[in-house]
Amino acid sequence: MASPAKKLAISLTVNGQPVDGLVEPRTLLIHFIRESLQLTGSHIGCETTHCGACTIDMNGMSVKSCTIFAVQADGAEITTIEGIANADGTLSALQEGFRQMHGLQCGFCTPGMITRAHRLLQENPNPTEPEIRFGIAGNLCRCTGYQNIVRAIQYAAAKLNGVEFREAAE
Amino acid sequence: MIPGPFTYHRPESVQEAVRLLGELGEEARPLAGGHSLIPMMKLRLATPEHLIDLHGIGDLKGISREGDHIVIRAMTTQHELLASDLIAASLPILHETALLIADPQVRYCGTIGGNVANGDPGNDMPGLMLTLDATYELQGPEGRRSVAAREFYQGAYFTALEPGEILTAVSVPVPPAGHGYAYEKLKRKIGDYATAAAAVVLTMDGGTVATCAIGLTNLSETALLAEEAAKAVIGTSLDDAALKRAADAARAIMAPAGDGRGPAEYRIHVGGIMVERALKRAAARIRAA
Repeated sequence: MASPAKKLAISLTVNGQPVDGLVEPRTLLIHFIRESLQLTGSHIGCETTHCGACTIDMNGMSVKSCTIFAVQADGAEITTIEGIANADGTLSALQEGFRQMHGLQCGFCTPGMITRAHRLLQENPNPTEPEIRFGIAGNLCRCTGYQNIVRAIQYAAAKLNGVEFREAAE
Repeated sequence: MIPGPFTYHRPESVQEAVRLLGELGEEARPLAGGHSLIPMMKLRLATPEHLIDLHGIGDLKGISREGDHIVIRAMTTQHELLASDLIAASLPILHETALLIADPQVRYCGTIGGNVANGDPGNDMPGLMLTLDATYELQGPEGRRSVAAREFYQGAYFTALEPGEILTAVSVPVPPAGHGYAYEKLKRKIGDYATAAAAVVLTMDGGTVATCAIGLTNLSETALLAEEAAKAVIGTSLDDAALKRAADAARAIMAPAGDGRGPAEYRIHVGGIMVERALKRAAARIRAA
C-alpha cells in the first residue's frame, strides 16, 4: 500500500495551461499553486477557511484553496487571478472596475475578491447590491468597508452587459 | 498550517469505500466536502492516517423524488441543494437553511452528508432533519440499514454510525402542500455557526395549528426535537400566550455551552426567541398563501 510520504502525480489545467505535479497527499492546493507553480497572486490570509484570500475558480466553483488538497484537483480546470485578464493582456471588466472604483487599498484580499466576483457574475450577470454582498460574504476585506468593492463589481457587471454604469446615489 | 501525513484513497464505489474503511480501521476517515475535517487536520486536532475521498463515487451524487420522499445523495453540496428546483418546490425550508450555512465558497464544497453525519451540534441540517423526520441511509460491512434522524444523534460528534459505515443518502418525507416553514438563525456574523437557531414546519386548519414540529440547533450537545414546544401550539391560533408556552417549553430542554457566542443563559434566552420568530414566520407564510 502507498505510504503517506509517497508523492502522487496530478495533471490539471491552470489558467488554460496543462500542468503536471508531484504532491504529497497532505499538500494543500494553495501551497501547490504558490510554491510549485510559483503563482503567488492567490494569497494565504487566515488559513482557517474564513478570509477567502486564497479563493480560486475550480471546475466552475469558487473554492478556498487552503481547504482542499492538491491531489483532489487532479483533472481540474483552475483559474487564478493570474488568468483573469483578457486574452490580449488588457484588464478584464472586473479588474478595471476595481481600479476605477478604488475597490482596493492594501490589495491583499483583491485576488480572492476578483476570482470570487468572476464566478458570481458568471452565475448572476446582473446582481443586485444585496446579491453582490451575499455573494462575496466568504471574502473578508479589512480596508475598504466593502463599499467600493461592491461598486467595482457593479461597474464590471454593467460593462459586461454593455450598459452605462450608474453609481447609486450616496 | 499543514496537516499531518496521511495516505490518500479515492474509491469509485460505496462498496470499495466501505471495504477500505473496514480494512484500515479507526485511523481511516471518509472525506466528503472536507470543510470540517480539513481545518481540524490543519490544527492537528484530527490526524487520520488514511483519508478515503468520496468524490470519485458517482452513486453518492444527486437529488430525486421517490414516491412521497425526496432522496438526497450524501455528496450533494449545499450549492447543488440551492440550485435544485425540486428542493425549492418541495422542501423550501431546506433551501432557506442552506442559504444560512457558512459562505458561498464553503457551500460549493460542503455536503449534506457531511453536515448531518459529522454530529457537530453547530451544523444546521441535523435540527432541520429532526424537524422533517428524515431518515438516513447507511452502508457498512454488514450491509445497508436505515436510521431515523431522530434516533441518530447521541452526543457531540457521537452518532449511530458504526465503525466502517458511511452515510449514503438522506430521505425526507415531503411536507404537505401549503405547509408553513421557517428556519430562524441568530449568528454573530454571516458564515458563523448559530448562537441559537430554530426550525419550524407546521400546517394549519381554519386558523389553528393542526400539526407542528420544531427543531433546535446548537442549543445542546446535539440538535434537539422540541416536542413539548410543538404540542404547546397545536390547536392554538398562535396567540401570544401559545407562543410564550412554546418558547418556555423549548427553553426547558436547551443545555448549550457557554462560549464565544455567549453564556448559556443568553443562548437559552435567544433560543426561545428563535422558536417564537420561526413559529410566527411559518404561520405568516400560510396566511399569505
